[in-house]
Amino acid sequence: MARVTTVEDVTVIATESLSKRFPRVTALDRLSVDVGPGVTGLVGANGAGKSTLIKILLGLSPATEGRAEVLGLDVATEGAAIRERVGYMPEHDCLPPDVSATEFVVHMARMSGLPPTAARERTADTLRHVGLYEERYRPIGGYSTGMKQRVKLAQALVHDPQLVFLDEPTNGLDPVGRDEMLGLIRRIHTDFGISVLVTSHLLGELERTCDHVVVIDGGKLLRSSSTTDFTQTTTTLAIEVTDSDEHPDGTRAVRDALHARGLQTEDGTGLPGAGHVLLLTAQGEETYDLVRDVIADLGLGLVRMEQRRHHISEVFRDDEQRDGQRKEAVGHGS
Amino acid sequence: MAVEQPMSAPVTRPGDQTRIHNIGYRTYDGPRLGRAYARRSLYSQSLRGAYGLGRSVKSKVLPMLLFVVMCVPAAIMVAVAVATKAKDLPVDYTRYAIIMQGVISLYVASQAPQSVSRDLRFKTVPLYFSRPIETADYVRAKYAALASAMFVLTAAPLLVLYVGALLAKLDFADQTKGFAQGLVSVALLSLLFAGIGLVIAAVTPRRGFGIAAVIAVLVISYGAVSTLQAIADAQNNTGAIPWIGLFSPVTLIDGVQTAFLGATSAAPGAVGPGTGEGVVYVLVLLGLIAVAYGLLLRRYKKVGL
Repeated sequence: MARVTTVEDVTVIATESLSKRFPRVTALDRLSVDVGPGVTGLVGANGAGKSTLIKILLGLSPATEGRAEVLGLDVATEGAAIRERVGYMPEHDCLPPDVSATEFVVHMARMSGLPPTAARERTADTLRHVGLYEERYRPIGGYSTGMKQRVKLAQALVHDPQLVFLDEPTNGLDPVGRDEMLGLIRRIHTDFGISVLVTSHLLGELERTCDHVVVIDGGKLLRSSSTTDFTQTTTTLAIEVTDSDEHPDGTRAVRDALHARGLQTEDGTGLPGAGHVLLLTAQGEETYDLVRDVIADLGLGLVRMEQRRHHISEVFRDDEQRDGQRKEAVGHGS
Repeated sequence: MAVEQPMSAPVTRPGDQTRIHNIGYRTYDGPRLGRAYARRSLYSQSLRGAYGLGRSVKSKVLPMLLFVVMCVPAAIMVAVAVATKAKDLPVDYTRYAIIMQGVISLYVASQAPQSVSRDLRFKTVPLYFSRPIETADYVRAKYAALASAMFVLTAAPLLVLYVGALLAKLDFADQTKGFAQGLVSVALLSLLFAGIGLVIAAVTPRRGFGIAAVIAVLVISYGAVSTLQAIADAQNNTGAIPWIGLFSPVTLIDGVQTAFLGATSAAPGAVGPGTGEGVVYVLVLLGLIAVAYGLLLRRYKKVGL
């Protein structure tokens, strides 16, 4: 039932040496990037220029130089037309606590130009799609963080935009909420046919959700490629096992057994529970099976086996190691 | 309008009718009514909000109470006038708002922060500006809504007086003229008070500060001005009285209506501005309204996203 937006070679967002300079900081530095339909991740440390870019793309803040187009509309001159077709979910809280989700989203739908009846119908539909049911009649003040994020998402989708900007939508969510939100973001494109630009400082969560990832740092474009390029190099598994009487150091036993099968591992230095965590690169489905069998053969308990979430700083480190061009380590934190 | 997409007809397969809970995503191909409509919607939502409509029961109490308090004295005056077969109403239409200024100040102090501080405090403002409306639309809608709410508050008792006066069979032409002058006066008062209230409230996301600051500005300026006027009157310096009156919102309105709307000044010794001074009053009044609008625009240019 998704509409056909995914026409080949259509550019949803295009920037051309886009720069934004403030008196003391350069937020964007000659950024040229093309974004097609689908889910695109915009990754960068805090202060990398993600929010500034979104502001410019919404036509709310003029670029110092360069130009940008959203859905084929010039951000400098056609801001209002862009904002009619685009949805925006801010990073920060933006919900009044004393009204219900329904009232709030209806109001926001009317602010987007939907007639009263359509605003009510679309609100009911959209809240259902983001997973809010009976609670939508209660004041927002009593909602959990996950529910609030859903309301924020609903107000960005209620006017059926062609593109949504989601600024750090997984911020503050627990792992389950995070996965649900990422699944929802995926559906926005696959089921609703709406293109998505989603920002995060965690590459790991975006590479599973996005078709394409753009990495910026210090306002400069570091990398823009489809996620398959990233995943090939970055699917790392973290494994933690129990000890047993037979194998007092279970971690070591597993490592030795894996080495015997020809798999390289690393210690999980820097991770919580380091020393008990093994990292290895998954080659494919069979790696999971192999790990399972090895641990079962040793008679140990598997505490966890999960895909590591990568920090963007690791991408930079990989790049350094690969081509040795970047002299300085970039952005350790998020 | 964004209607490049073909209407996506729901895929109806046999047996699907029973599963209404999962009808999939429907696109919207209806009209998008744009900025003017959004501005009107924001206006009506804010106007209703100024009387607590569409909000919690708790937030209806104060505005409704103040509305009743505004109207009751008018109703009593009418009752007295009818009962005693008086030749005139006990209070002029233009004087009524001056007498009730305390209630009006309380109303603007409570509702101006309600209107704008909430959006700032809960950071809802960026959601407005990520939509087609712009800073000026937001400011105009909010300003117009509060000014309209204040006009309702101040004009309703005048209407009570007018209807009562007609029931008491007072002179029709005389009463209609007075009523019309009163309406013009409270319209100006509404614009001025709403502007002052909003400018102060838009500075702070804290509602409590906003309420206190608006009351302080209105009460202190009026207190200072009337004290100075009383001193001038005591020293027989009547020429200074009209000029002092320029410095507080209430006396400013009083001066304008004394000069042009047939009112008797409420200033000490009933010394109001003449026509020449009256022109200055009108200019200051219009200037203040324009400045308030300009300051609000500037404030919201900064808030942005």
